[in-house]
Amino acid sequence: MSDMNKAMVEKYRNSFLSEVEANVEEGEWVKMCMQCGVCAGSCPLGDAWEHTPQKIFMMIRAGKRDEVLASDSMWMCTSCYNCIVRCPRELPITHIMHGLAHYAKRLGIVPQGQPTAKFAQLFWDNLIKKGRVNELKLGLSLYFMNGFGEGIKTSLKMKDIGLGMVKTKRMNPMEMLGGHAVKDLSGFQKVIKKAQELEEARLAKHGA
Amino acid sequence: MAKREYSFYPGCSSQKGASSSNYLVSVQTMCEELDIQLNEIPDWNCCSASIGYAGGGELPRLALSARNIALSEEHNPGQEIVATCAACWLATRETQERLQHDQGLLAETNTALAEAGLTLKNDAPIKHMAEVLIQDIGYDAIGAKVKKPLEGIKIAGYVGCQTNRPFGIAGESYENPKYLDKLVETLGADSIPDYEKKVQCCGGALAFSEPEKSQVMIKGIIEAAYDHGADMIVTPCPVCQMNVEVYQDQINATHGTKFKMPVVYYSTLMAVAYGRSAKDAALNGQVIPAKQLEALAGK
Repeated sequence: MSDMNKAMVEKYRNSFLSEVEANVEEGEWVKMCMQCGVCAGSCPLGDAWEHTPQKIFMMIRAGKRDEVLASDSMWMCTSCYNCIVRCPRELPITHIMHGLAHYAKRLGIVPQGQPTAKFAQLFWDNLIKKGRVNELKLGLSLYFMNGFGEGIKTSLKMKDIGLGMVKTKRMNPMEMLGGHAVKDLSGFQKVIKKAQELEEARLAKHGA
Repeated sequence: MAKREYSFYPGCSSQKGASSSNYLVSVQTMCEELDIQLNEIPDWNCCSASIGYAGGGELPRLALSARNIALSEEHNPGQEIVATCAACWLATRETQERLQHDQGLLAETNTALAEAGLTLKNDAPIKHMAEVLIQDIGYDAIGAKVKKPLEGIKIAGYVGCQTNRPFGIAGESYENPKYLDKLVETLGADSIPDYEKKVQCCGGALAFSEPEKSQVMIKGIIEAAYDHGADMIVTPCPVCQMNVEVYQDQINATHGTKFKMPVVYYSTLMAVAYGRSAKDAALNGQVIPAKQLEALAGK
């Protein structure tokens, strides 16, 4: 168990809801859920979830900390915003799902091999490096995220799609050598670093 | 001087050699015809779309879009910010609203931005290009420029998710937005008002991480277009365009379908209808060629 996870278990021993409210993006909305289930019926990947948003919210209130944070549910969010616009109580469900995913990641609790958790991290690392996404490197890092052997297999499977994109000039092999970047890269990275520090300091205050 | 000027946030996928570089070409053509000047935000950065949340916490993600808004306010003062990408528009507008409602987060964001000598005023309106077309220009003015009506072409208007929710276009519903159909009709083509998959999710970024699940959804989007006799699909979103166009061979192999449905941007349609060349309409960017549009552009 990570140190941060231990500290949070200790601090919020009796209320996972309080923990979510204090530490998860838009978490203060969770208690507003009235369990109507519209979100569950609106989710395009509803069939694929271990728990629907409605269930997740009830589980948070019931203190089912381990089950919620280790669920694959929030990693199934496609960010389609159906749940947000349909929720009669106007809960920002999409953002809560992203917030729960981020919090689980921060605590080091993510289902093993969860592909979207991996992809979302690759995307972030990719964009922070140069300030802009390098699609070619992002694609390749995705194919190879489960090791070299599987990477080659996936690359072969995706070969025709890649060729189509190169032929239409919507992919450029030269992006491997650097690629697009912001000019004030050091300023950009300083801004993000500062934002990370400020957020960590704020969360540490809530924590141990 | 151009009639209208906007501060433009093109986004990562529109860059040279990137997946929606063809979108940008056709948008530029469309804007020339409509006398719109796009002033690119200098040194803009990625917005992290809706998938940066594993690595990026709330504040670092807000800081990304805040930097873009601050740069726009400094270099293109008084201009509305316009994005062509649904995710860029959504992230930028979400950031603006979150920071308008939370003074604590705004203060922290400005502390972070100060590291690069930037300050966020956060009052520039943020629009999607579809809003510019429909609200600022209007269907009549859009139609008045048509030189080659897209006659006899039947087009399924696929609005998708993030151009439609949670902000959408004023006066349109989330469940049955009609602006894309109206635009199709304005250009002289036939729309499909009862295209039931018009706001179905294509999987978004999960088309990469959960390809099987996403391709089932994409299959539904294409199949419904065929059922209605569509010749092509039109969309305002770069992620929708790519997801619905490029996986058709894989879907055919998995599901035994025979899809070969062109998927174009509204700006592609407009460039062709305005009499511009196939190159200006970026028809060479179609992985699945839009042959009817090529023929019309070549006339």
